[in-house]
Amino acid sequence: MSQATKTIIRKGTRVSMDDERERQRLEQTWRTPGGWLGRLSSVDHKVIGKRFIITAFIFFLLGGIEAVLMRIQLARPESRLIGPDLYNQIFTMHGTTMMFLFAVPVMEAMAVYLVPLMVGTRAIAFPRLNAFSYYIYLFGGIFLYVMFLLNTGPDNGWFSYVPLAGPQYAPGKRADVWAQLITFTEVSALIVAVELVVTIFKLRAPGMSLNRIPMFVWAMLVTSFMIIFAMPTVALDSTCLILDRLVSTHFFNQAEGGDPLLWQHLFWFFGHPEVYIIFIPALGMVSSIIGTFTRRPVFGYLALVLSLIATAFIGFGLWVHHMFATDVPQLGQSFFTAASMMIAVPSGVQVFCWIATLWAGRPIFKTPLLFVLGFFFIFILGGLSGVMLASVPLDLQVHDTFFVVAHFHYVLIGGAVFPLFGGFYYWFPKITGRLLNETLGKWNFWLLLIGFNLTFFPMHQLGLQGMPRRVYTYLPEMGWGGLNLLATVGGLIMTISVLLFIINVFRSRRSGEPAGDNPWGASTLEWATSSPPQNYNFLYIPTVAGRDPLWEQAEDQPVVTGLRSDIREVLVTYTLDAEPDHRIKFPNPSIWPLLAAIATTGLFIGSIFTPWAVPIGAVPVTVTLIGWFWPTAKGHREQLASEEQPAEAEDQP
Amino acid sequence: MPLLLLTGSARRTAKNWRALRAYAGLVVGLLFFTGCRGVQSAVDPAGPQALRISKLWWTMLIVCSAVFIIVLAVLLYSVFRAHRRNRVADEPGTEQRLTRTISGAVLVTVVILFGLLIASALTGRALSSQPEQDVLTIEVVGHQWWWEVQYDDPLPVRTLKTANEIHIPTGQVVMLKLTSHDVIHSFWAPNLHGKKDLIPGHVALIWIQADRPGVYRGQCAEFCGAQHAHMAFLVVAESPERFADWYEKQLKPAASPADAALSHGQQVFLTSRCVMCHTIRGTTAAAISGPDLTHLASRGTLAAGTLPNTPDHLGGWVVNSQVAKPGNHMPPNELSPEDLQSLVSYLESLH
Repeated sequence: MSQATKTIIRKGTRVSMDDERERQRLEQTWRTPGGWLGRLSSVDHKVIGKRFIITAFIFFLLGGIEAVLMRIQLARPESRLIGPDLYNQIFTMHGTTMMFLFAVPVMEAMAVYLVPLMVGTRAIAFPRLNAFSYYIYLFGGIFLYVMFLLNTGPDNGWFSYVPLAGPQYAPGKRADVWAQLITFTEVSALIVAVELVVTIFKLRAPGMSLNRIPMFVWAMLVTSFMIIFAMPTVALDSTCLILDRLVSTHFFNQAEGGDPLLWQHLFWFFGHPEVYIIFIPALGMVSSIIGTFTRRPVFGYLALVLSLIATAFIGFGLWVHHMFATDVPQLGQSFFTAASMMIAVPSGVQVFCWIATLWAGRPIFKTPLLFVLGFFFIFILGGLSGVMLASVPLDLQVHDTFFVVAHFHYVLIGGAVFPLFGGFYYWFPKITGRLLNETLGKWNFWLLLIGFNLTFFPMHQLGLQGMPRRVYTYLPEMGWGGLNLLATVGGLIMTISVLLFIINVFRSRRSGEPAGDNPWGASTLEWATSSPPQNYNFLYIPTVAGRDPLWEQAEDQPVVTGLRSDIREVLVTYTLDAEPDHRIKFPNPSIWPLLAAIATTGLFIGSIFTPWAVPIGAVPVTVTLIGWFWPTAKGHREQLASEEQPAEAEDQP
Repeated sequence: MPLLLLTGSARRTAKNWRALRAYAGLVVGLLFFTGCRGVQSAVDPAGPQALRISKLWWTMLIVCSAVFIIVLAVLLYSVFRAHRRNRVADEPGTEQRLTRTISGAVLVTVVILFGLLIASALTGRALSSQPEQDVLTIEVVGHQWWWEVQYDDPLPVRTLKTANEIHIPTGQVVMLKLTSHDVIHSFWAPNLHGKKDLIPGHVALIWIQADRPGVYRGQCAEFCGAQHAHMAFLVVAESPERFADWYEKQLKPAASPADAALSHGQQVFLTSRCVMCHTIRGTTAAAISGPDLTHLASRGTLAAGTLPNTPDHLGGWVVNSQVAKPGNHMPPNELSPEDLQSLVSYLESLH
């Protein structure tokens, strides 16, 4: 063990006077400063995580409002409520919001809050970067919606195909707004992914070897790696689009040697993994909830982990199934059909393992488990229509129709939103200290389940009857009116359900039943601390002797002592077996991440108007980054203080 | 019961008869899921290509439905069974039994997927191995938001250009060469075949064949801008004799105006900005950025399947096409009532 490691592992968890003093010191060290400036300086992963979750949920509501507007417009044929110009903006905003501002960020947000607690550490890795990533995400989202309100919302669909989004057919700034929003979200997502990988690999509690990580943490690890591999592709793609539009390059201009298909390949090489980036965290939530509410460890830990990893690998090998209609050669088609069908195997393994867990356990029907059962119903159906879409000939018929709209809402709402709502009910008591109301929760669940199926099941048939997606209206003689009306009714039921959830949150936050540390009797470490957790997470970093620490820990399970409580010190452990490695000082709260995010936002937004924004905007970015990393005398003293212990180190066992 | 309430209110207003009918259609539709026939339906095949795909569809639907029902039944049984149990601890051997069951289920999954993969590949091969001799070749060029249609012929004088309506002889393999003039579109006539994208700079081929006479509607399936919703076309399949007749008629230039009123109409056309975009063969109008109007009156619809081809609709379209199809590239035209009347009469005489 290195000489910097002064950590010892203490037997027993008896509370003493020392503990009380330690508690006060930790409280003082890790607290977020007061006042507006203080709050904006916060680097606490729980504070940032909560803001992240709430912001993402607000974007979910905005995307939902857009969905309702579309459903109202489509409720009857030849409706004149919304014209094509606005409708095209609305459906683009809906897709962009749900994919880039809700689904990916909300999963990352849950992880930002939960992962450090689940692995038993005091903070997320790179806490200032974490604050920066949130602000970048927030500013990107605000930018998109301000532009939308100024009638400059993107209107080429969430995958923004060229040449429709190119300089020739999309004059004005709408397509630039979309492309630059991608820049915001990819920067934010990449940062969070890196933080999560480092947190999971290096900050786990002693004893939490890789084969004892909770399933949700595994899911986030796999997701983070997918983000790291997928996001650069769309970064390249959207940058090429911006360059084509801003400085007249010709990446996608077929007349000058570019190719519009290049856009599609690059976009879907990101876009397909994106679906799994949304869906894999949800699988982690499903495993967490099933384990807790069946009162037994989830069956097939190894199979589940390997399935997640297999899904991530295969997920990168089937992007062309979004492009079957673009004249792909026969052999290539077969490859991507096979890959697309193959991904059903790991999904099947996971479903079977969960069913086995339910079989062998004793399910307790609280709201989180209901949402997971709803997930099974919807997701399996969506997975099966996915198998159909993997077949090239069948895909040629239903591609870009309402059948596909039905399919991906089944997998995304069923596969991600249902588990997410289950997760909200499950972790809400940890975050707020109070339980959500069960009665409202059950109404929430049943209305969402019924509304969802009424909305999206008829769309399968609409697609087979020839209704393409992204049409702002249709002729009465097409015979699509009835099913569309039904879908709209379903959409309104879903709206009521989400409103009930919001009411539930507001009511329960004030007057819900107090939760206690571990209201569900769950097994993972986030339940080992108070609800809501103290700003330092754990008084003593726990140690772990199994996959379900709270179920199987010994009476005298050791805890980690020796971490300094007067500075923000965190224990770093080895990647594989999580043995203590060394201690590291984490940064204090700082306003610089916010300032750097503002400067970066200026550069990003400016550069859709003029290329000069890049060199000029780089100056404030540089200044804020220098401010961010400027060493202070106090920080230096703290650093030195934590290093000079060579004599004592020899006392260590 | 929200749907019943809806029908109650629908009964009150005659205007909502359509909603009531739609509701009735909906109930029937739900009863016979995907069983209905339609002018633009993937499960009402009119040719061998669509027939093969629809067979694949039914195969997959049956297999996937069976899988869905079995998995859900097992899930519900597991939950129900477990709910009644009191013990939490596993019986000895549970672990091994569950492992064996899961392995078996995974194996069955793989076998089913492999079967579907083979079915899909066989269908795909059949669709893409079409005879290349003795085919009728038609080039289709996508424009925002209409379809340019050109029939190839070794004799240049016998090539034919028209728009938005594709006539084909029944029983004959037709090869479509698809490309785009501007953005990406997608050609989709679901009763005949799946879709194929029209991509600028690329030429895609697709083979279709209609076995029975009929009018099959198709529609652009790739989002292409403001009027993507109104970019339809008709495929008119008719007997080879009638097709030959139609072809000969279409080859002829437009008839000269038969009377003074029509003459005036032609004059209006040739002296207004119509000639900036449209062609009428046999006159000096020869621009190609809009649809060819040489035999406009022979077509069933206006504005790429948006409106029925009647004098009223045509008049309204000429005066301000932005009402029916907002955002399309045809500007409004200010014409005196007399000029408009003559123009419409002239255009409607172009059989």
